[in-house]
Amino acid sequence: MINKLVLENLKHRPVRTLLSVLAIAIEVTMILTLVGLSRGMLDEAGRRAKGVGADVWIRPPGSSAISFSSAPMSEGLLKFFGEQPHVTVATGTIAQPIGGIDTVTGVDLDKFSRLSGGFRYIAGGPFQTPDDILVDERYAKQNHLEVGSQLKLLNKQWRVCGIFESGKLARLVLPLARLQELTGNTGKLTQIFVKLDDPKRTNEMVRAFKQRLPDYAIYSIEEFTSLFSVNNVPGLKPFIYVVIAISVIVGFLVVFLSMYTAVLERTREIGILKSLGAGPRYILSILLRETFVLAAAGSVLGILFSFGTRWLILEFAGATLTAMITPDWWPTTTIIAVGGAVMGSLYPGWKAIQQDALEALSYE
Amino acid sequence: MSRSGSLISIHNLSKSYRVGEVTVEALRGVDLEVAAGEFLSIVGPSGSGKSTLFHILGGLTPPTRGSVSIDGVNLAEMSDAGRTNMRKTKVGFVFQKYNLLPTLTARDNIAIARHIAGKPLEHDAWFSEVLDLLGISGRLDHKPRAMSGGEQQRVAIARAIVNHPAILLADEPTGNLDTKNSDAVLNVLRGLNERLGQTILMITHNPEAAAYGHRIVNMRDGQIVY
Ligand SMILES: Nc1ncnc2c1ncn2[C@@H]1O[C@H](COP(=O)(O)OP(=O)(O)O)[C@@H](O)[C@H]1O
Ligand SMILES: [Mg+2]
Repeated sequence: MINKLVLENLKHRPVRTLLSVLAIAIEVTMILTLVGLSRGMLDEAGRRAKGVGADVWIRPPGSSAISFSSAPMSEGLLKFFGEQPHVTVATGTIAQPIGGIDTVTGVDLDKFSRLSGGFRYIAGGPFQTPDDILVDERYAKQNHLEVGSQLKLLNKQWRVCGIFESGKLARLVLPLARLQELTGNTGKLTQIFVKLDDPKRTNEMVRAFKQRLPDYAIYSIEEFTSLFSVNNVPGLKPFIYVVIAISVIVGFLVVFLSMYTAVLERTREIGILKSLGAGPRYILSILLRETFVLAAAGSVLGILFSFGTRWLILEFAGATLTAMITPDWWPTTTIIAVGGAVMGSLYPGWKAIQQDALEALSYE
Repeated sequence: MSRSGSLISIHNLSKSYRVGEVTVEALRGVDLEVAAGEFLSIVGPSGSGKSTLFHILGGLTPPTRGSVSIDGVNLAEMSDAGRTNMRKTKVGFVFQKYNLLPTLTARDNIAIARHIAGKPLEHDAWFSEVLDLLGISGRLDHKPRAMSGGEQQRVAIARAIVNHPAILLADEPTGNLDTKNSDAVLNVLRGLNERLGQTILMITHNPEAAAYGHRIVNMRDGQIVY
């Protein structure tokens, strides 16, 4: 019976109901999109790292999986790694930021092919002139590039010579020596990849390398990709919490306003219920159920919206951003939305209980 | 219903409201006895305290002084929760206007009174007789806005007595109705009283309406005058 009253009340003011549900849906979408984006980016970075095919990953002293140190390593280290037992290939790359979170990577294509099987070209092929650049499929798609297209990078015009399948190492690739020279880093590398004759020896070799080069960041590929998590990105977690807090406040305020006006509008109805013997608990339960329906509907809609925002991200920013659908966060966001909404209806509920019903009933 | 003595006993009842700095004496020493099965009309000018008397009888507000007992239970000794409980079963209210929950059908308006009292809506012989008497059997699936004022008021009466209250309090039930609808509502009240023995207290401005009662009580300045 209460449920019927709640549904009828919601139907009675469809615009109010719709707007409240929409606001909660946006709250939920905001959280899910941010989480999906963070996870998607990290997952993508992890997959590209795996796509390299190296067993051991070496970065300069003082750097982490996510961030580069400013001091690159010397190319001479390649010789050192090449001479170690069980090492079949050792090659290095240099990464140069080009604004935003994009980077261009310098690669020694021959050695990289021995490491990873090489890039898989969808169109075109390897470098032919010193002004050639390789781009991955997604970057090409978003920037409408074809083989032969011109691309301005690092104050220079480049010709796209090949488009390769996404998911391996990088998005934009230049010849290693060319990028080193252009950025004044001749003989320097930002990371070194090592392939072993037997991947089972990976941990053993990592230990051996660390003993010889104690200052360097040396990871097995397992370790390296496991570092791509929300916890390891400086500031990401607080940022997510701030966005969640803002979302909750918005949801709280919308429900507060919505329920507050509902209570004011229903002074007489509440009075009628009281005159029929409805106690505080009965009145509260009506309002809380109404709130709950709004929050639940908003959560479901918000989850649906998050598929939409993911599509938008991939469609319009696919070259730099990726997003994931994160079903493990659905219960969390629903609880957050319902919790915020219930808090928002507490004061209106208290107001409804306190409200003097008599005046509304006895007079016009 | 056939208790000897009174169903309602009111002795020296006073009620004052504080409005800012001023104290309004709404009731000043009311004495009244109502027998079970009686149909009592209360008349008097605006502001004479009639509604206040009903609100105290219905437990919507506590008395300031004096004693009120319904069915041998003294209201002055009751807690808020006790008075809320009493409203579920002991008294039924009918107000002047906008009595029904606008979003529910007539049937659900009646059902919710049962639900609040914690009972299922049963269509027993007694209730069917009530609906026939009220002449609303065919209108139960309409919402208030699709009904005339008279029909709405009769649904409100059905809802007020669906929990078999000891007393029915009707505060100007015909105040907003035309003559035809007023007559219908008044006849319904008389029918409930005569055929089902329902005790009724009715406030009215209209002398013709007051004449439906067995007895007329006059109120003026918070007191009963004879
Ligand atoms: N809730 C209230 N707060 C303050 N004053 C009230 C309240 N209810 C009634 N009064 C005052 O009490 C007096 C009696 O009112 P009421 O019982 O409504 O009279 P009637 O129903 O006979 O018109 C009036 O002066 C009215 O203004
Ligand atoms: Mg009045």
